[in-house]
Amino acid sequence: MMLAMDFAFLIEKLILIVVVVFASLGIAMYTTFAERKVAAILQDRRGPNRAGPFGLLQPLADGMKLFFKEEIIPNFSSKTLFILGPALAMLTACMTSAVIPWGNKVELFGRSIDLQIADVNIGILYVFGVVSLGVYGIMIGAWASNNKFSLMGGLRAASQIISYELAMGISMIALLMVTGTLSLKEMVVQQQHGYWNVVYQPLGFLIFLICAFAECNRTPFDLPEAENELIGGYHTEYSSMKLGFYLFSEYINMFISSVVMATLFFGGYDLPFFDESTLAPNIAAIIGVAALMAKVIAFIFLFMWVRWTIPRFRYDQLMHLGWRILIPLALFNMLATGGAILYFGK
Amino acid sequence: MQALTNKAKQVNRAPMSFMEKLYLPAIIKGMMITFSHIFKKKPTINYPEKKRPFSPVFRGLQILNRDEEGRENCTACGLCAVACPAEAITMEAAERQPGEEHLYKEEKYAAKYEINMLRCIFCGLCEEACPKDAIYLSETFTPADYQRKQFIYSKNDLLIPHPKENEEAYLKALGNRPQKQTL
Repeated sequence: MMLAMDFAFLIEKLILIVVVVFASLGIAMYTTFAERKVAAILQDRRGPNRAGPFGLLQPLADGMKLFFKEEIIPNFSSKTLFILGPALAMLTACMTSAVIPWGNKVELFGRSIDLQIADVNIGILYVFGVVSLGVYGIMIGAWASNNKFSLMGGLRAASQIISYELAMGISMIALLMVTGTLSLKEMVVQQQHGYWNVVYQPLGFLIFLICAFAECNRTPFDLPEAENELIGGYHTEYSSMKLGFYLFSEYINMFISSVVMATLFFGGYDLPFFDESTLAPNIAAIIGVAALMAKVIAFIFLFMWVRWTIPRFRYDQLMHLGWRILIPLALFNMLATGGAILYFGK
Repeated sequence: MQALTNKAKQVNRAPMSFMEKLYLPAIIKGMMITFSHIFKKKPTINYPEKKRPFSPVFRGLQILNRDEEGRENCTACGLCAVACPAEAITMEAAERQPGEEHLYKEEKYAAKYEINMLRCIFCGLCEEACPKDAIYLSETFTPADYQRKQFIYSKNDLLIPHPKENEEAYLKALGNRPQKQTL
């Protein structure tokens, strides 16, 4: 009996993993399309509109093109590491989604299924750990390319992630002091009953947002691939689907950090001013997933909107912002939060 | 220093105020500007589906004209070739045989008529030189091709479709060009 239960549990998680991974891949695919469309609209252009109705098949065409491109592994590169780089970038990008609560419980076949692959009690630490591993993909690929521009890009990626991870972590600590838990699921449940965390932590959210832009290598922090000074940055030597993996992992990262921001600060799958508990659990779960996706789409649009508005920082400006503004600000935020908690005795 | 014109503006080099150092107001202002572009009209025309109207004097690909009964107007006088500044036009004349009156309008005609489209500069001097309204510039662009030799357009490529046998294509090729009075 116990074994049968475990087997069903395994199947349930396996299906969930497959769904989540494929959904994040699909969303990342259409994010590339949305990026081109948003860029076009913000610049008074039309954007891709030839492949399929409204150009909706464009990401498929792009993917096909990358598969058919010639695959070049430079003679002077370290072959194993060269292949490991994009693989690692992709792997870590897909791994983060494991601890994210996508919605509330669903009742299916007499079983109550959690829409979360693993409700780890250190959820947010896991996200942090995996996201910081992501830079190894870039660094290894850059090092293995044996190319000065790639190496420069890799160095920049590494130093940028280290600088902004600190501020992000400290702003996170302030949030954790408010919530008192590391589990993402519990954070969402708390926000469902009270206010969203962004109300308690507006400064913390701002710091987190800026750092998330830096972690995802998005403009204005896209120095690792600054094309007009480093050619392509860390992916200069890459071609075919290996390049595709790098570009794709960037979009998955963007999706995941949008999800994390929505979960941490904007109530996750909580629909504001609405009590889900009165509804049937399945309908409530569907509404929850839709609410989360709406928040995520808003964040992804913000990522793109900023990209097509703000030019790239200079390298010293980037370091200045990270070390001399964001970290002190995050420390201040942490102290202020601590003081407020002591004073109000929350 | 005395300025040469009064167009020069004094650059404000005052240190940034606290609000300016925050950058965020400026960033939000910039983002509002980009956001407002979502609602602006897009100047792009979806080209193959929608075409920009040409001006009536647009000079595109040459067409060798026929009269209403489908007879070729060209008499191979060579004035167009002489007028052509790019020397793109060559032709060979021939005499009309009895029984060919339905093919050629006058006693002499062009047996061979070639325009090298790689040389042609679409100036329209051939059209101006022609006394018989036998050549004119249409609204078609020179289409792309794979080989250089295919850009030497022969008489078959240049002739307008027959107005009786293929009336639809003839009217389409004619476009909305006003018919010139022939001499």
